[in-house]
Amino acid sequence: MFEYIWLVPLFPLIGFLVIFFNFRRLKGVTAGVLASIMVFIPFVISLFFFFGLMNGAEAKTVELFSWISFNKLSIPFSFLIDRLSGLMLLIVTGVGFLIHVYSIGYMKEDAGFNRFFSYMNLFVFFMLLLVLGSNYLILFIGWEGVGLCSYLLIGFWFKNQEFNNAAKKAFIMNRIGDLGFLLALFMLIHQFGTLNFAEIFSKSSAIPVGTFSITMITLLLFAGAVGKSAQIPLFTWLPDAMAGPTPVSALIHAATMVTAGVYMVARSNLLFVLAPVTLMTISVIGIATALMAGSIALFQNDIKKILAYSTVSQLGLMFVALGSGAFTGAMFHLTTHAFFKALLFLAAGSVIHALHGEQDIRKMGGLKDRIPVTFWLFIIGSLAISGIPPFAGFFSKDMILIGAFHSGYVLWVLSVAAALMTAFYMFRLLFIVFWGKAAVAADPKHPVHESPKSMTIPMSVLAVLSIIGGFIGVPALLGGSDRIQVFLAPLFSSSEAFLKHGAEVSESSEILLMTIPLLLILGVIFLAWSFYVKNRNIEQEEPERSFLGNLLYRKFYVDELYDTIVQKPVAGLSTFFHDTIEVKVIDRFVNQTGNLVVWIGKNIRYMQTGNVGAYLFFMVISIILILVLNLFK
Amino acid sequence: MSLSDILTMRNELLLTFLAMILLTIDLNLNHAQKKSMIPISIGLFLVVTLIGFIPQPDQSLFGGMYHTNGLIQLMKNILNIGALIILFQSVGWLRSPANNTKISEYFFLLVTTLIGMNFMISSGDFLMLYLGLELATIPIAALAAFTHFNTKSSEAGIKLLLSSALSSGILLYGISMMYGSCGSIYFDAIGAAYANVPLQVLAFILFFTGMAFKISLVPFHLWTADVYEGAPINVTSYLSVISKGAAAFILIIVMFTVFKTLAPVYKNMLYLVAVLTMTVGNLFAMRQKNMKRFLAFSSIAQAGFILLGILGANKMGMTSVVYFVLVYIFSNLGAFGVVAAISAKTGKESMDDYDGLYLTNPKLSLLMTLSMFSLAGIPPVAGFFGKMYLFMSAASGGYYWLVFIAVLNATISLYYYLLVVKAMFINKSENPIATFQSDAYTKIGLVLCALGIFVLGFWSQVYEFINNLTFGI
Repeated sequence: MFEYIWLVPLFPLIGFLVIFFNFRRLKGVTAGVLASIMVFIPFVISLFFFFGLMNGAEAKTVELFSWISFNKLSIPFSFLIDRLSGLMLLIVTGVGFLIHVYSIGYMKEDAGFNRFFSYMNLFVFFMLLLVLGSNYLILFIGWEGVGLCSYLLIGFWFKNQEFNNAAKKAFIMNRIGDLGFLLALFMLIHQFGTLNFAEIFSKSSAIPVGTFSITMITLLLFAGAVGKSAQIPLFTWLPDAMAGPTPVSALIHAATMVTAGVYMVARSNLLFVLAPVTLMTISVIGIATALMAGSIALFQNDIKKILAYSTVSQLGLMFVALGSGAFTGAMFHLTTHAFFKALLFLAAGSVIHALHGEQDIRKMGGLKDRIPVTFWLFIIGSLAISGIPPFAGFFSKDMILIGAFHSGYVLWVLSVAAALMTAFYMFRLLFIVFWGKAAVAADPKHPVHESPKSMTIPMSVLAVLSIIGGFIGVPALLGGSDRIQVFLAPLFSSSEAFLKHGAEVSESSEILLMTIPLLLILGVIFLAWSFYVKNRNIEQEEPERSFLGNLLYRKFYVDELYDTIVQKPVAGLSTFFHDTIEVKVIDRFVNQTGNLVVWIGKNIRYMQTGNVGAYLFFMVISIILILVLNLFK
Repeated sequence: MSLSDILTMRNELLLTFLAMILLTIDLNLNHAQKKSMIPISIGLFLVVTLIGFIPQPDQSLFGGMYHTNGLIQLMKNILNIGALIILFQSVGWLRSPANNTKISEYFFLLVTTLIGMNFMISSGDFLMLYLGLELATIPIAALAAFTHFNTKSSEAGIKLLLSSALSSGILLYGISMMYGSCGSIYFDAIGAAYANVPLQVLAFILFFTGMAFKISLVPFHLWTADVYEGAPINVTSYLSVISKGAAAFILIIVMFTVFKTLAPVYKNMLYLVAVLTMTVGNLFAMRQKNMKRFLAFSSIAQAGFILLGILGANKMGMTSVVYFVLVYIFSNLGAFGVVAAISAKTGKESMDDYDGLYLTNPKLSLLMTLSMFSLAGIPPVAGFFGKMYLFMSAASGGYYWLVFIAVLNATISLYYYLLVVKAMFINKSENPIATFQSDAYTKIGLVLCALGIFVLGFWSQVYEFINNLTFGI
């Protein structure tokens, strides 16, 4: 049945084309309904595929046509359907479909409704290419394509210059990473003579660990992942990307696109295990990002920015898992994160919707009773992301922590710290927004209202998934069978076995590893409660902050730092180039060349008299010249 | 000779038959009915095009004067498809009151030139080649002068006729010298007898000049400026795409079969002509504001790239030339089609008129952009692969500097191709071209081009298919 895999990306593509070419003609919510259907059909197909894979269907490469072939290099346009891409398919189409439905309600009033859905379908199409590609080039096309859609959707309200700048920032930051990715592709062709996953991974087994070229390739691939998945030093675009409509933040900048880096590293796990230096780098960057973004989130006041930094932080944890060789843990957390982070974003969107565009949490408060559905959904999301059992985040975070523990105590302690920050900023957000009194008097013209069904139903589905999503990975200790580990074993077991350092963790220490963070998290939640509910300690004005607080509030001054060390010198350099080299040297040269061309053009015109006799004469002269050149050289 | 042998010439016979039918039907129609010539002609031509795809064994007729094989058949099919697209795109223009009485003349003349091209490609001796060439040229002069009440158009026809007369004379002169030195006009015999004798070199150069005139290589391109400008748009596109493609096909066949022993001689000459053609073509195109002239001049530069494949002088070179012409037909006809559609509706042809076109006619703008990207060679559209294979074949022949110059020229061409895109998408306009709907025929013609550009870019089997038919020196 996998032969029909091409249907999966085909439908969103059709949806995009139909909506894009008729965006003036489609009225009302037609475009939204159409776009949702075009994601729902692939979802149903993906479900069939997924159950097929669960029942033991073999992975299959489906070649659609031979695309590039010359000399020895041949790159087919083909799709790979295996357990990893099957899982990703479900996430992309499933979560994608829910967010499409939600957007129908959310974007109803927007003048760009049709344009929005055409971009969304295009995004899903490229994301599916990324996930399904059976070689790095198709993955790269999807990779660039989702980047393009992200750019278009961040700058969706293009009349606001600030939003346009955010879009450009995202695009440029990603470009830096993509350069690394592209270089990695060239090196892969050089090293293996192919870009096909199957061939590369089978050839790589013969290569000894720590070879320079493999280390370079994996580092460059990781550079691509750093850009796309917003890790240090390229993470600053993601918080700014919140300029886009909230469903975009949920779909692209939380659930799917930003996890592409994690997917790519997991897909290439057989290469990465050959490069311990790269794995080390991944762990260090991952944990640094998790801590940095988590601590920034503690002090933010924009509801979407908090969630954005939270996403960066959670992605950091996934990279910690990848770096520790816990590939299953990373994919597991990717899955559950897609559920609860999409839920949180959509719920945040619902809050913003209810308050008619307000995003500053200090101006919210007391929403508990006024938008109860959203409130309960938000609680579920917060519990899941904080890692409270039995919600989804508990199991996936546990798997990551155990993976980190294998790499060393320090990494484990730091990861736990990141998890504690998560719990604090999430519950700070929850308590400030939903408890207490309304900070700003309600406007009688625009009463606070619960969101329509088309928004709450998709959120409820995500909430259910956030509750039960973790059960696919209940560890043996808690009487589960760790199904996701078994499911992904064909892809990861050899790499994970390859990396196992020392002995297995004993049962008693596993219990400790599970309970210590849990108790700490509960403590942190209590702390947040006493700060923001019991004492209701919310500064309305800009408070006096300690050095550290200010550092965090100002996001470690990373933007300013980049401004100083990159943007200003580059700007200075370019001013120099412009004023001196460009204007005085190149422009003069170009202008002179231009003048020369004009001069030649003028004089050629004498030839171009319109007089046929002159043309023929010139032809004959040319023939004679050629003869002279050839016969008397 | 049996009937089945005669049927080997099915393309030529069918086209001749078609030309005669068109004339006969036209005689029986009154003025009001003449419009029905459009579906009749296009329908019949479509049938001829489809028949061309029926496989056919390699054959040689008339003692080797006429021959056909898979590659030749493919070339004919490519030309047929191109001509078909032009027929579709011409409909809007033909329906205008000034032309609707002359519809069948247009189809008749166009089909006649195609007969000439088919004979030319299938020729096995120089006499046949010459006849085909003439048959392909003289009716085009009539086509160029099609709107004869327009002085520019008449001028274009006369100029084409006069300059092609001289180039034919030169070509014949060269052929007669070959006959003089080899005692034969058959390709095989001349190929076997050719050695590096000055008289033979002279003969070759004269022959090459005649062909260079057809492909409008610099410095034999001077006639093009006035002819391209004066002729109606669809004729200009026919001249600069189909006619040029046919000449490139026969040139590469002759170079690789008859004159292969002369390779050391002609390589320097081709090198020079290639550099001149690419550069001068670019210099001209860069300064054009009239879309028709712009496309026509850029097509001169494109022709220069074809020489890279000939210089490569290997199997890949031949494949890449055929592939490039195929891609070039779709890309250039896409651009010409948009220009023709806009000109037929509004009469506007200047690049400034295209400002803000995206807002009023998004689909036309997108096709135009696609064509421009393909002509400039931006991946993943077909034009990128067309150029890449040409460059690779030249590089495999060791012509690194030439490839470098070609890449430089391709970059320069990117500048002026993007000017059009910029005009459509970025420039603001007070009174942009109003939104309009083209007729169904034109739409089909345009969609075919878009499909061609996409499919060729993504489907490398086409290249492999051509590669199975070609040969090198």
